[in-house]
Amino acid sequence: MEKFRYLPGVSTLKLDTQACVGCGMCDIVCPHGVFLLENNKAKICDLDGCMECGACAKNCPTNAITVTPGVGCANYIIQTWIKGKDAAVECC
Amino acid sequence: MDKPVQGRQDCCTNENLSKACSLQQEIVIQPSMPAPVRDEICCGSPPGPESNFFERPGYVLQQFVKDFVDTPVGPAPRIKTELDRKDLLGKLAVRWGIRRDNYKVAPGLYCVGTPDQNAPVLVTANYKLTFDVLRRELGSINAWILVLDTRGINVWCAAGKNLFSTTEVIKRVQLTGLEKVVRHRQLILPQLAATGVSAHQVKKGSGFKVTWGPIRANSINYFLRNNLNADDSMRRVTFAFRERLGLVPVELSHLVKPSLWVLLAIFLVSGIGSNIFSLAIAWPRGLMATTAYAAGILAGALAAPAFLPWIPGRSFALKGAITGIICGIGVILIFHAALQFWEMVALASCTTAISSYLAMNFTGSTPFTSPSGVEKEMRKAIPMQTLAVLMAAVAWIGSAFAK
Repeated sequence: MEKFRYLPGVSTLKLDTQACVGCGMCDIVCPHGVFLLENNKAKICDLDGCMECGACAKNCPTNAITVTPGVGCANYIIQTWIKGKDAAVECC
Repeated sequence: MDKPVQGRQDCCTNENLSKACSLQQEIVIQPSMPAPVRDEICCGSPPGPESNFFERPGYVLQQFVKDFVDTPVGPAPRIKTELDRKDLLGKLAVRWGIRRDNYKVAPGLYCVGTPDQNAPVLVTANYKLTFDVLRRELGSINAWILVLDTRGINVWCAAGKNLFSTTEVIKRVQLTGLEKVVRHRQLILPQLAATGVSAHQVKKGSGFKVTWGPIRANSINYFLRNNLNADDSMRRVTFAFRERLGLVPVELSHLVKPSLWVLLAIFLVSGIGSNIFSLAIAWPRGLMATTAYAAGILAGALAAPAFLPWIPGRSFALKGAITGIICGIGVILIFHAALQFWEMVALASCTTAISSYLAMNFTGSTPFTSPSGVEKEMRKAIPMQTLAVLMAAVAWIGSAFAK
């Protein structure tokens, strides 16, 4: 997705290298190649490519990855502003 | 023949029994009728073919089922790997948002080819469009297909909504009795399901190891032949011109209902003038404002998605504003002879605001926009879009008074 770049410096993705066991699962499931495996440890190599889908965090066996996952949908976000997060209905 | 005729007269005196009467009549007449062996029947079109051997009372036999394969857990439908007219018409309809909410297949175990106990198990969503895309690729493959109940939603969206989930995978494996059908303990899941499925928890909950397959169904052949390894390119989402255009009809179909209200508002606003409200000016001015609105839809819901990577800027609202200004200038050029300066400003800001808003909404359909980013751009863009619409309305009404 080199051709498509979205707003930089906004992703909530964080990796705790201490907790990483180097299984490489994050690299496999990431649809944007955000991770790289270096010396048996995962590394975030393209933070701005992250779309916060949450696949990496869900599949990290040691919970070394955190991210606030969500739907990047304007309609949904407007609803969370108006009705609050729990009442909003996902549109898409 | 006397008796049945007598019976008929009796029963037909009571309306409630008229059904029973016609039934009785049929019973009597039937033996003398020729059997309908030929197509030349007096009424209606020729009868269709006999019931399929696999039909069962209370069920609908799906047209994509070829036959049934016996398994230790009962018969499993063997599905066709070619799509027919019905599949293609269904696809066309859901692309336009028609019956899209209920386009699904029954969850459970299916198969293609002649799978045995060692055949791979492919797991997928029960959105029929997803199911069709997958089976079309399986022409030369023997495999089991485990269809989850994702409520008729595609893999990625269902994973995001936690419907294509860890619990659903475990539940479906157990409900189908998969461990009696295959000797191995491995499931192949589409990579995009990883947003909702935790591989290590599926292993813990069901004993089956999750192997992440490629993103796209058209890589599955390669993946299976390549010892369940996908190339890097098969693990990255794409958003090509064709894929973007495929999303446009659904975006447009969402606009039909709100547009009716917008058109009503446009008509009312366009008729306001020194005579309070005049139909005589509402019609020609309403038509011009409607054109500006339609141009905004064209710019934001068609042009912006189509030309997405080539329009400058990162923010979708900005990209939409750019296509909007261009289309707004087009609208002015069409009507320039009939417009005053402030009317031109009104129409162009209307087109720009609509386009910017719709392009911003398209973020929800792309595979690369992060929610944090969308929220950030919305905080900036929505006040400006609102301002542009207000300015358009004030300039439009104001110039009617100046005439």
